[in-house]
Amino acid sequence: MNVSVCIKRVPDTEAHIRIDQAGTDIDSGGIKYIISPYDEFAIEAGLRVKEKMEGGEVSLLTVGTNEAQETLRNGLAMGADKATLLRADSYMDGLGIAKALAVEIKDSDAQLILFGVKAAGSDQQQVGPMVATLLGIPCVTEVSSFELGDGVVTCHREIEGGIEVVEADLPAVLTITKGEYEPRYASLKGIMAAKRKPLEEREADFSQPGIHIERLSEPTTRGSGCILEDSPDAVAELVRLLREEANAL
Amino acid sequence: MADVLAFVEQREGQIGGGAREVVSVAAQLASEIGGSASALLLGGPGLTSAAEGLSTAGATSVVVAEHEALSEYNPEAYLSVVINHLRSGNFKALIFSASSLGKDLAPRVAAALDVPLGSDVTGIEVQDEVPLFTRPVYSGKAFTRFSIDTDPVIVTIRPNAFPVGDYDSKIQVSKFIPDIDPETWCVRVIERKGVAEGAVDVSEAAVVVSGGRGLKDPANWGVLEELRDVIGPDTALGASRAVVDAGWRPHAEQVGQTGKTVAPKLYIAVGISGAVQHLAGMRTSQTIVAVNRDPDAPIFSIADYGIVGDLFEVLPRMTEAIKALKSED
Ligand SMILES: Cc1cc2nc3c(=O)[nH]c(=O)nc-3n(C[C@H](O)[C@H](O)[C@H](O)COP(=O)(O)OP(=O)(O)OC[C@H]3O[C@@H](n4cnc5c(N)ncnc54)[C@H](O)[C@@H]3O)c2cc1C
Ligand SMILES: Nc1ncnc2c1ncn2[C@@H]1O[C@H](COP(=O)(O)O)[C@@H](O)[C@H]1O
Repeated sequence: MNVSVCIKRVPDTEAHIRIDQAGTDIDSGGIKYIISPYDEFAIEAGLRVKEKMEGGEVSLLTVGTNEAQETLRNGLAMGADKATLLRADSYMDGLGIAKALAVEIKDSDAQLILFGVKAAGSDQQQVGPMVATLLGIPCVTEVSSFELGDGVVTCHREIEGGIEVVEADLPAVLTITKGEYEPRYASLKGIMAAKRKPLEEREADFSQPGIHIERLSEPTTRGSGCILEDSPDAVAELVRLLREEANAL
Repeated sequence: MADVLAFVEQREGQIGGGAREVVSVAAQLASEIGGSASALLLGGPGLTSAAEGLSTAGATSVVVAEHEALSEYNPEAYLSVVINHLRSGNFKALIFSASSLGKDLAPRVAAALDVPLGSDVTGIEVQDEVPLFTRPVYSGKAFTRFSIDTDPVIVTIRPNAFPVGDYDSKIQVSKFIPDIDPETWCVRVIERKGVAEGAVDVSEAAVVVSGGRGLKDPANWGVLEELRDVIGPDTALGASRAVVDAGWRPHAEQVGQTGKTVAPKLYIAVGISGAVQHLAGMRTSQTIVAVNRDPDAPIFSIADYGIVGDLFEVLPRMTEAIKALKSED
C-alpha cells in the first residue's frame, strides 16, 4: 500500500523568534529549521504501515522554498522512499497550501495520506481536513493510532470529552498526534541512502491568498510577576491577590 | 443584510459553556459590521428545549437541526447540514469554537466553500467595518494580525479567550429536520467512551491545576485533586510531558507543544519547571500561578504570581485558604 506524508519545514520549537524589518514575518537568520514534530509522527506512522504490509512506498510531499529540500532529505533518511517539493516562494494561507497538495495527491495512488495534526509555528490545524474535503475523501483528525483493514482504516482518537474509535473507507486522510508513533532516528546508513533517493521538484499551483497578514508582533510581555518566598503568610497573600487583584478565584 | 452565524456545540444534548462564548463573539461582531447574529445547533431529537439556554448570549435566533444521526458528531453529516444552512442566508462571517469538534469541522466547511480559515483566534478588532483578527503563532512567541477578504469570513476562536456577553434579547428558536442517510457515510464512529462523569477536559476548563515531576510520585496527585475540587466544577487537571511519559498521568492531560494548548482564566503550575515546550501550551492563560521550590525555575518568568517553596507544604494550605474563601461567598 502506498502512503503519502505531507510535511512542513518549521523553525526549531526551541528557537528564539525575532520579527523581521517589514514586521510581517520572522527573521530566519540564525534559526535552525526542522521537520514539524507532528509531521515526524506522521512519517513514523507511514513507515510502520510499509513495514507491516511488507510493500508499497512512502512518499513525502512538501510545499515550500528550496530550503525545504533539506527537510525532505531528513525525512528520506528516516526511511521514506521518495519526495516531492512543490516550490512556493511567497506566503500561502492554509487553503492555498491544501490546494497545492490536493492537486498533487489527486494523481497519486496513495491509499493513506498522512498529516501532522498541526504544523508547529502556524498551529492552524486545518490543512489535512481541507485537503480531504477538496479531494472528496474521508478524513479522521487527531489520530493517536490506527489499524488497516480490508478497504478501511480504524482509528483511535483521544479528544475532548472522550475516546473514539472511527472507521473510514480508503483512500483516507489522517492527521496524526503523538500517540504511539515516537519517531525513529535516522541511522547513518539511512542518511547516506537518502542522498540517492528520488527528489522531484515542481512549482506549486499557486492561488492568491485570502488571508492578509497585517502585522506580526511580539507578545505583550507580562509584567514581572509577584513571586513570594514561602512564609506563614505567603499562601493567604497569594489567595487574596488571586481574588482581589487578578479576579481569578 | 449581512449576518454572522455562530456554530454552537452540544454534547449529550447539553449545550456547553463554550457555546455562549461563540454566540457572544458573533453578536459583538454583528453589531460592529452591521447585521444580526444567529446560531446553528446540530443534535438529536429534543434538543430544541436546550437551545433556550442561549437566550441572553446575544443571538436573535437559533436554528436547531434535529436528527437522531446528529446526536453525536459525524464530520460528513455535520458538514452537509452546515453547508445547506449557509445557502439559506447571507452570512458574512461564521464563528466556530477552536474545540476538537470545531477544529475538525471548520476547515472542511472552509474548503467546501473555497474560502480560507483563520484558526484559533484570540482577538477581534473591527476597523471601518473590516474585522482584524489576532492569533498566537510560534506557540505564543509571536502574534499575527490578519484580515480575510473572502465571503464569508470563517474563524475558530480559542476557548476562554473572549468574554461572554449578557444581553436581554429574546431568542427565537426554530427547528428543522435535515435529510440525512447514515448508510452513505464513508466515516463511521463505531465506539465512543465518554470521560468520567463531570470531568472537564483540560482544553475547555476555566481553571487548570497542572502537576509536574516535582510531585515525585503518581500517588501524590491527591494534593492536586483536592485543590481542583475546592476551586470549582469548571476546573481540570493538567500535566507536564515528563509525568505523562513516565506513565503517571494520561496523555489527554498533557499541556504543551505535543499536548494540548490551553488558555484558562487561571493556570496553576505545580512542580513544573517551565520548559519552552510546556510554556507553548499555556502561555496565553489569563493568570498564571507557579509553585516551585527552585526560585530560578523558568516557569516564574511568565508567572503572574508564585510561591517559592515546597509544594507539599504550600498546596494543602492553599486548598484550605481557598476553601475558607469560597465558604464566605
Ligand atoms: C519535541 C519536544 C516536545 C515536548 N513537548 C512537551 C509538552 O507538550 N509538554 C511538556 O510539559 N513538556 C514537553 N516537552 C518536555 C519538556 O522539555 C520538559 O522536559 C518537561 O516539560 C519537564 O517536565 P517537568 O516540568 O514536570 O519536570 P522537570 O523539568 O524535572 O521539573 C520539575 C520541577 O519541579 C520542581 N520541584 C521538585 N520538587 C519540588 C517540591 N517538593 N516542591 C516544589 N517544586 C518542586 C523542580 O524545582 C523543577 O522545577 C517536550 C520536549 C521535546 C524535546
Ligand atoms: N507547506 C506545507 N507542505 C506540506 N504539508 C504541509 C504544509 N503546511 C502544512 N502541512 C501539513 O498540514 C498539517 C497541518 O498544518 P497546519 O494546518 O498549518 O497546522 C501539517 O502537520 C502538515 O502535515
